[in-house]
Amino acid sequence: MYGNAYIDPNEVNKTHSVLADEDPKLLAEFEARIERGEKIEPKDWMPKEYRKQLIRMIEQHGHSEIIGALPEGTWITRAPGFKRKLALMAKVQDEVGHAQLLYSAAETLGKSREAMINDLITGKSKYSNVFNYPAFTWADACIIAWLIDAGAIINQVANAKGSYGPYCRALDRICTEESFHLKYGHDNVVTLATGTPVQRKMVQEALNRWWPPIMHFFGPSDKISSHTEILMKWKVKMATNDDMRQQFLNMYVPKIWDLGLTVPDANLKKNAETGKWEYTEPDWDEFKRVINGGGPCNAERLAVRRNAEERGRWVREALKAGQTAYVVPFA
Amino acid sequence: MNVAAIKELLYKVADDQLVIGHRNSEWTGLGPILEEDIAFSSMAQDKLGHAQGCYQILHDLGEAEPDQIAFSRKANQFHNCHFVELPNGEYDFSLMRHFLFDHADQIRFEMFANSSFEPLAKLAKKVKGEIKYHVFHGNTWINKLSTANEVSHIRMQTALNESWNYALGIFEAGSFETELKNEGIFEGENALQNRWLEVVCPLLEKAGLKVPEQHTWEPVLGGRRGYHLAHLEALVTEMSEVFQIDPTATW
Repeated sequence: MYGNAYIDPNEVNKTHSVLADEDPKLLAEFEARIERGEKIEPKDWMPKEYRKQLIRMIEQHGHSEIIGALPEGTWITRAPGFKRKLALMAKVQDEVGHAQLLYSAAETLGKSREAMINDLITGKSKYSNVFNYPAFTWADACIIAWLIDAGAIINQVANAKGSYGPYCRALDRICTEESFHLKYGHDNVVTLATGTPVQRKMVQEALNRWWPPIMHFFGPSDKISSHTEILMKWKVKMATNDDMRQQFLNMYVPKIWDLGLTVPDANLKKNAETGKWEYTEPDWDEFKRVINGGGPCNAERLAVRRNAEERGRWVREALKAGQTAYVVPFA
Repeated sequence: MNVAAIKELLYKVADDQLVIGHRNSEWTGLGPILEEDIAFSSMAQDKLGHAQGCYQILHDLGEAEPDQIAFSRKANQFHNCHFVELPNGEYDFSLMRHFLFDHADQIRFEMFANSSFEPLAKLAKKVKGEIKYHVFHGNTWINKLSTANEVSHIRMQTALNESWNYALGIFEAGSFETELKNEGIFEGENALQNRWLEVVCPLLEKAGLKVPEQHTWEPVLGGRRGYHLAHLEALVTEMSEVFQIDPTATW
């Protein structure tokens, strides 16, 4: 999974010039390098806004990995059979590994892992909105593994061609692992969809629950945002939210239908003339409400993460202790 | 070959692996640092693989399929020691359990590698290569945390005190100790415990920890005979929740 680094809807309409303080000559050289397809490396000059947006995006992606490990992780202990239990463990372990890679990539821009995690647990940083929804059944975990990971791959394959070297290299590795997650998720959903009536019902209900969050996954339509334009020019953001959503629908709706499952949107169809998918506009008020903390699981996810941080603090403190071994006092 | 003896041996070993693997996996997403989430997950996957390997041998000896054995039995049909079924608690306890259990595991599978029962010897040769890293991980962390600062030292000493009698319960004798030894299948729990003490005591002392005094040693027994704490019941119910929706379905 999972990082859909959409622009925070709270920030979309900021209109102030982010480039007012930048040296025009350095900025022009920077933009020319990006235009030529060169990668920007940690010690290279970069505009403040570029650094800020990349930190925000990579950090948000890292947070999505560790928070995303929670709804899936709860199914590790309940996975049916050795094959599924082993595969799900390995999958969620990969996701935690991705967080490790991403936090390292973000650290090259000057923000420590500790600071990022602090911002996560205090609610200052965002993570992918989909993880504020619960995974009620085993089938929910299977739908997440297939379709949310599918969405994430579309986003990440695009971003892997971006301009910041460390992020692109992390994404290349992440995408390789994600492609296995996608196969794992698909295999699970196929098994349920072609299984017993109980299993088919389970997976259809899970799809119904997850469809609105999946449609939200790529974020709101961004054609009106000036914010997006500059990020796309700097190759921080590589595709618009709408384009990614179209790509997802194009790749996965036929596969969902092939399995005999129904997508819970009566208006969903591909327009033969435009080649574009038409669908019921997702409820963006709901999206905004959830991203701002009002979703069914926001409080729980952060509470679990905060609890883990607090319980583990003594370990981190111990790791910071110097090389001199602690000597137990005699008296 | 004494099949009954082999089956008893394999059941307890496999159940230990399954239950500790399940417990280790519960750290996923909740570890004190990301690297430890990942490490515990790796060890959990290995343990599950070892359990699966043992259940497969049991299946070859006429028992049910590995999935059926693991996901369809009731808690009182499990033969794991109590130590592995205890909840994870805090990281100090989980780490101490992992250290103490994995040293026993390493020696056990080294013994199995020389077993006259070929399928077990073959499995053990693969498994011991993996346990080597579990032990390495346990040693590193026990040493680091026991010597880092006062808080971590006290935590690790407390974890050791709480774990010790449960750890001794790993070596609860089975019904076929003599037969297993005479047939060259397994040297026995007593030999295993002695070798384990020779290994772990110096390591704990080197880390500045005090092994509980011998007159306080009281192995926690019963697990090998199907007597368990309420924790195992909860674990087994959770583990088989989805599988039991339809045990005949393909999942």
